[in-house]
Amino acid sequence: MNNPARRRALVRGGSLAATLWVGALLAGRLVAGEREDRVIEIEAKRFEYTPNEIRVKRGGAVTLAFRSIDFVHGFSLPDLGVRADLVPGRVTEVRIKAKEAGKFLFLCDNFCGDRHEEMNGMLIVEA
Amino acid sequence: MDRRDFLSLAAVGGGAVFVASLPGCGSLAGTDKSAGTDFYFVQLSDIHWGYKGPANPEAMVTLGKAVATVNALDIQPDFIVFTGDLTHTTDDPGERRRRMNEFKSIVADLKVSNIRFMPGEHDASLDRGMAFKEIFGATHYRFDHKGVHFLALDNVSDPGTKLGDEQLAWMGEELDKLDKAAPLVVLAHRPLFDLVPKWDWATRDGARALALLQPFQKVTVFYGHIHQEHHHMTGHIAHHSAKSLIFPLPAPGSQDKPTPVLWDPAMPYRGLGFREVDANPAAASYVINEFPVLRT
Ligand SMILES: [Cu+2]
Repeated sequence: MNNPARRRALVRGGSLAATLWVGALLAGRLVAGEREDRVIEIEAKRFEYTPNEIRVKRGGAVTLAFRSIDFVHGFSLPDLGVRADLVPGRVTEVRIKAKEAGKFLFLCDNFCGDRHEEMNGMLIVEA
Repeated sequence: MDRRDFLSLAAVGGGAVFVASLPGCGSLAGTDKSAGTDFYFVQLSDIHWGYKGPANPEAMVTLGKAVATVNALDIQPDFIVFTGDLTHTTDDPGERRRRMNEFKSIVADLKVSNIRFMPGEHDASLDRGMAFKEIFGATHYRFDHKGVHFLALDNVSDPGTKLGDEQLAWMGEELDKLDKAAPLVVLAHRPLFDLVPKWDWATRDGARALALLQPFQKVTVFYGHIHQEHHHMTGHIAHHSAKSLIFPLPAPGSQDKPTPVLWDPAMPYRGLGFREVDANPAAASYVINEFPVLRT
C-alpha cells in the first residue's frame, strides 16, 4: 500500500497492564476542552473481530484496543491509511480520528486461514 | 492461417481484447532462433481445489472440465501458467499436500507439458510456501520465451501478503540483466497496485515492485486473486486479472464486502473461465481471449 495521503495512526503494543497505565496517563494529561479518547476493546480471532461494528461521531477520536487470540491477524483501515499487526499475548492500540462521516470497511490483511476473506468489520462515522 | 486470424475466427468465449500495441520493433529477449515468433499461452487462476461451499457446488469437477476445454483448443498453447490459489487453504499440512497432489494429477491430463505453477495465499501463506515448494517448485522465478522475458513473482508466501526485501532484491538483480526495451511480462497472484485495498486487493509493498519495473518500456502484468477479468494501467504498465475456476467475486468496490457471487443453477459456471494470451513479441502486444469453462 502506498497511500500518499496516509494519515498517521498511533499504534502501540504492550501488555494489558501497560495499556491501562497508558490510559491513566492520558487521563492525567487532559486539559480543559480536550476530550478523552473513548477506548473500544476488540477481540480478534479467526475469522472475526468482536465487536465488528464501531460507531464514532464525526470529529471524535477513538482508541481501538485489540487483543488477538490465535494468530498475528492484521487490522487495516485503508480509507484512513491505518494498519497494524495484532500479535497474540499483547494489546495493540490503534488511535483513529474520524474526520469524515461515512462507512469505512476494515479488514484482516494477514492471511489467516480458509475464511480469512470474511474477517472484516465496519467503522461507522456519524455526522 | 496466421494465429491471429485464427483467433479472430475462433473466439467464442467473449470478445478479444487487444491490450497493447507499441510501434516499431523492440529489442527482443534472448538469442534463440525462435525469438520474436508469435506464440500464445494460457492463463488459469484461482482454482481453490478442496473448496466446499455453496458458491460452487460443482467444485469437484470444474477443474477437470477446464482441462478438457484447454485440451480441445485446436492449436495448443506453448505453455500454461497457473497464477495461484491452486488449492483452497487448510490448517492441516497433510491435507494441504493431498490437495496439491490431487490438483497436480488432474492437470497432468493437460496435453501441454510446459506448465508454470505459481502460489496464491491459499497455497502458501500459512506455511510460507513450504508445501508448494515441495510439490511444485520455486515460488518466484524468471524464464524467457521466444523473445519475451517472464518474471513470476510471489506476493503470497509472506503472511503479510507482500514480496519482501529478499525477493525485491532478487527482482532488481534479474531486471538489471535485461534490456529495458525488451518485452517483459510479469506474472503474480495479487494485484501489484492498490486496486481495492479494503477488499485485500493489493500488495503491501507492490509499489516497490512497480518502481523497479518503471524503467522498462514494455511491461504487462497478468495476475489473479480477484476472480474476474479486469484491466488497468499504472502509467505505461498494463495489468490484466484473470477469471477464476471456483466462483466469481463482485466488481471492484461495487458493494460493501467482496462476498462471492452466488451460484446460479440455471447458468452453471457463469463468470468462470480461463484466457488465452496471444503474444506478438516484436510489437510487445498481447491479445487476450477469454474462454468459459465449457465451450459449446
Ligand atoms: Cu485474520
